[in-house]
Formats: sequence, structure tokens, C-alpha cells
Amino acid sequence: MNKSIFLSVTFHIIIISLTAISFPYMIKKPIDLPPIISIELIQISDFTNIPYAPKAKKILEKIKKEKERVVSEQAPPKMVKKEKPDAIPLPKDAKKKKKIKTKKQNPKKIKSEIKQVSEFEKKELFDPDQIAALIDKSKVETAETMRKSDKLTQSQDKNFIASGLTLSEEDALKAQIFGCWSIPLGLPYNENLLVRIKLKLKTDGTVIKSEILDHVRMNTPGQGFYKVLAESALRAIRLCQPLRVPTTGYDRWKDLQLNFDANEMLKG
Amino acid sequence: MKNVLFLIFLFVVFFAKSSFALIEIDITRGNLNPLPVAVSPLYVESKSSEVLKELEAGSEISKIIETNLLRSGLFNPLEKDSFVQKPDIAHLKPRFEDWKLIKAQALITGKVKITDDKLRVEFRLWDVLAAKEIMALAFTTVPDNWRRVAHIITDKIYERLTGEEGYFDTRIIYVSEKGPKNRRIKKLAIMDQDGANTKYLTLGNELVLTPRFNPTNQMVTYMSYFRNLPRVYLLDIETGVQEVVGEFPGMTFAPRFSPDGKKIIMSFAKDGNSDIFTMNLETRVVERITEHPAIDTSPSYSPNGKYICFNSDRSGYQQIYTMRSDGSNVKRITFGQGIYGTPVWSPRGDLIAFTKMYKNRFYIGVMRIDGSGERLLTENYYQEAPSWSPNGRVLIFYRETKSGSQGEGFSATLWSIDLTGYNERLIETPTDGSDPSWSSLLSK
Repeated sequence: MNKSIFLSVTFHIIIISLTAISFPYMIKKPIDLPPIISIELIQISDFTNIPYAPKAKKILEKIKKEKERVVSEQAPPKMVKKEKPDAIPLPKDAKKKKKIKTKKQNPKKIKSEIKQVSEFEKKELFDPDQIAALIDKSKVETAETMRKSDKLTQSQDKNFIASGLTLSEEDALKAQIFGCWSIPLGLPYNENLLVRIKLKLKTDGTVIKSEILDHVRMNTPGQGFYKVLAESALRAIRLCQPLRVPTTGYDRWKDLQLNFDANEMLKG
Repeated sequence: MKNVLFLIFLFVVFFAKSSFALIEIDITRGNLNPLPVAVSPLYVESKSSEVLKELEAGSEISKIIETNLLRSGLFNPLEKDSFVQKPDIAHLKPRFEDWKLIKAQALITGKVKITDDKLRVEFRLWDVLAAKEIMALAFTTVPDNWRRVAHIITDKIYERLTGEEGYFDTRIIYVSEKGPKNRRIKKLAIMDQDGANTKYLTLGNELVLTPRFNPTNQMVTYMSYFRNLPRVYLLDIETGVQEVVGEFPGMTFAPRFSPDGKKIIMSFAKDGNSDIFTMNLETRVVERITEHPAIDTSPSYSPNGKYICFNSDRSGYQQIYTMRSDGSNVKRITFGQGIYGTPVWSPRGDLIAFTKMYKNRFYIGVMRIDGSGERLLTENYYQEAPSWSPNGRVLIFYRETKSGSQGEGFSATLWSIDLTGYNERLIETPTDGSDPSWSSLLSK
């Protein structure tokens, strides 16, 4: 009985410790960090250096004046008389008058004047007090975009978390190999022209070992072109080395798989 | 025990998962620059009295290989002056670092020996970057055949490095032209694909037109006017034996072999209308393929023999059509501006080459077999009659220059162009030339 309890406790301790060792990468993922937004801190003074701000200020002043003007026109008795001089104001007309007044006061009219300002200038009209609201909005938008492009970002996510190569690091490596790979032009267009090569690299990007993953195809009857293609890919790797790999995180990229696909180039 | 096994299982599961996944990078682009190749002069082994002959053969063979590779547009043979290693040592064991230094990616070395009036040529192809031999072959032949050996070696190198069959050990038959434009003497001539070894097959007494190679052997069909009557001939290049296939009254055009070489297809006027017919070369039975009031000409079979492309003015203008080999399912495939003619189906089966006339300029182009993807490769004052190399990568055609009212300044020359449209080259011939036709590989 004691033995069983002891075994059970030991077993549970091992499970918990294993989970503690292995699971951090899983724990990391759910942390939903808000996207980083860079904000430039500037000194606010009477004379700002924000372009178009003076112009915007003028527009705001103009709008303000317009508002004042509208308010001043609110109850000119003559205007009322002009509309219906002899008529006894009926309840309907009164409503109409009220409507006219409200129209004049309507801020929509003011907004239409703001619309006349160019798109760029309009950007300058934002209220600094609303930065927080904008940040919140962008957060929501980013989250929506991430949700929408979930399928697309999976590979990026894979590259970033699992492979550990950033897009720029990957692009640098790709660009280097593009320049070294002379594609044999006599390949059949309608065949599978994908060669997968697994590499073992040194810290400086020199290739220690290269292995063609589908090497069976090299000697398959009717697949003679594959040998030519695979050799051209190997030549590209040799010509390019040392490969442009990141200076840090050797453990992440010491094993690398390059998928050479000539279909896209040859089909045009 | 079970607990221990379970523990091991958990270890494997968790630790395997926690290791880094393999980075996969897709390389979908490369460059199409010519491959830098070093063609080392062929090393002469013996010290016999034949050494001078051997020396010449050795350097000439390497020169021909180099020229062939350069003319293909896919290789860039490097300057021999930059070679560090001597040919004899390079042939035994190249010092790859030396060849890498001059940016060579492939190296060709070889050895020549003449014994008992037999020429033995050995060559090796090395992958400089992989530092290994990727091909080694030897040929023994009569010394006079040294040019063909050079072409065969180029074919082998080309095939090994591009994955595509070569086209260097081939011949071109064409109409050799001489004299003023209004009194041209036209002879049938044959030469190697690089313009060497020209031989004349007819005397020039009769007008010869449209020679075409049989894709399966060294037989040629051509047209000739004998006493103003068009005749279709068959000529065996190897034996020189010539025979008349038939006399066809009226306008007869462009006889061409079927892919199996058993039939010829041509157009001729019957009952006042030009249509397409085939003739079985064994039975000499003529079969009508098209029957239309329009003029149907220039038929050419697809490589599998199931389809025929031809041109016809049934739409009002001369356009290209395709149909089944029995004449059914006729489809118009060209709808572009201009007049289309001389369609020729590629030996690969994927493209049709044609001549197009638009705004008084002539173009040689290619399109897919459904007429899509039209690409005009070259443009000139007058050019026509494209013929495919056996691997379907290069076209040969002829070009004429504008002449004065008296025919002065007129010339007809042979040109080749590859499918990229960038590698256009003049093929030098002793006289003017027109109507070229490319043979299949001689060594096949």
C-alpha cells in the first residue's frame, strides 16, 4: 500500500516537473501582448513643428467662428416674419421653424466644411486626447486582422516561433541563394520540380553536410531530370556558402531545409 | 515496469516536442545566366609520328565543344588564358581550387589518341563545386569523324548539365542560292548544324524548294520543278538514292513527313482548290484530309501524329488552325492582328512556331498549341520558314534583305534563335541560303 502511494507520488512529481520543463513554450503562446505602437514624445509649445498644424488651427478657428455665427442667427425676428408674415403660427409651422433652427445649428453643416480640407490635413486634426482611444481601436483592428489572416500567419508564426528565423533573416538567405542557383533550362514543365535538401551548418554558415531528401528519385526511371535539378541545387548551395545566417541563435538554424522549386520560374 | 515504460514515453513525447522544429525555406527563384564552363584543351597522350595530327584534333575538338556550348546561349565558356592547370594533369585529377578561382562551375577535360588509324577521344565532365567527376565517356572512330565526335561530346555535356537532349550532332538541309535575284540558281545543300561540312545535293538545273527531313532517318523530301511541273522527291542522304514520289499539277506546297516517317503530308490543288492531302510512302495512296473552298496549306503533324496544324484563309485572312489527323475537329487558334503562316509543331509537342506578317514586317514566333501565349521572338524586313531543333529549344529560319529595283543588295541568310528570343545567331553558309530544315540527332 505504502509502496503504491510512494510510486504514485513520485510519478506525479515527475509529471509536474516534466510539464514545468516542457510546457513554457506552450505557455508563451497564449500571452496576448498588445501590438507595439511607437509614439514620439514632443514638447508642446505655442509654436508647434507639426506640419499643417497652423493651417488646421486656422480651420478650427474658422469653424469656431462659423459656430458663433450660426448661434447669433438663431432668433432673428425678421427672418420669422419673412417666412410667414400674416399667418398665425400653427403648431405644424412652429415645428417647421424649430426644424429650420435646428438645421442651422446642426454640426453636420460644420463638418461638411471640415471635409473640404485635404486628407493629409485632416490627419493633423486629430484630437491628442483621443490617442488612447485610437490605440484601443488599433488593438481591435490588429486582433481582427490576425483572426482573419489566421491561415496566412500560421507559416509566419511557425517561422518566428518554431524555426526562429525572422522574415528579414529568411529573405537575406533567400536572396543569396537566388543569385547562386542557375536553373537548368531543359526541365520538363509538367513534372514535380521540387528538390528538398537538408543542411547541417556551422556557426559561420558553412555547410557541414547536405542531404537530398528525395534521393530515391535520383535513380527512378523517367526522372533523369531530377538528378540534374538536384545537382544544380547542390551547386547553388556550394557556390553560396558560407550562407547568410543570423549571427545568433545557432541552435535554431544549425539544421536547415531548403526547398528548391523550379516550377514557378520555368512555367513563368 | 509499466510505470517505467510510461515514464519513458512521456520523456520522449515532451522532450521531442520541446526541441526546435526544422527551418524550411522555399527557393522559388534562380538565375538564368549562362553556366560558366571551362573547356580544357584535350590532352595528347602518345609521342608517335601522328602526334601533330593528334595535337590538331585535340585542340580543334575542344574548340568545337566550346563554340557549341557558347552558341547554345546556356553556357559561358571561360577564357583559356585564365586556366592554371595543364590539360594532362587536369584530365587525371583536377585541382578544383584552381578552377573555382576562375569561377568555373563545370570543367571538361579530355584525351586524344590515334592508334591503327583509329581516333580515340576520351572526355570527363567535372562538377567543380562538388569536386567530383559527373561523366566520363570515350569514343573510337575514324580520324575524319573528329568533328562529329566533338558534337557528340557537346550533346552529352549539354544533356548532363541541362537535363535536356542536345542538338549538336545534327545536320541542316537548305536551299543554297546564288546569282541575281531574278536569275537565282538554287541547289539543295546540307551542312552540320554549325555551318561546317557543306555539301551540295543537286546541280542547280532545276528549281528546288522546301526540303524537309524525315524525323526517323536521314531521308529528305523536297519539291522540284521539272519542265515546269512540280514534283515531290525523296532523297536518301546516306546513299544518295533519289526517287520521285509523284507529280502534282497546279500549286503544290511544302511536303513534310509524318512523325513515324511513313507518310508525307502536303497541300496541292485538286479540282481548282488547294487542300491538304497525305500520301502513304509504302502504298503511294493519296488521302484527302481537308475539303474546303478556302486555300489550306503548310500542314505539320504533332509529334504524336494525332493532330495537324495548318494555315487557311477560310476566315478571310490567313490564320493557323489545328485538326485531328483525320481532318475532323478543325479549330482556329490564331486571332491576333496580322497574317499567320508556316506553322510547325515543336518536337516536344508543347508549342507551335509560326511566321507572322503585320504592318509589312515579318515575325518569327511561338505559341501554345491552343493559340494562347503568343510570343514573337524576332522581327525583320522579311523572314520565314521556322524549323525546330530536335530538342524543341532552338528555331532555324531564313531572312532576306531588301533589294533594289534590279535585285541589287539582295541576300538570304540562315539564322537561329532560341526560345528565350535573346540568343539570335547567324549561321554562316558559303552561299546565300533559304528554307532550312533541321534533322533529328544523327547518333540517336
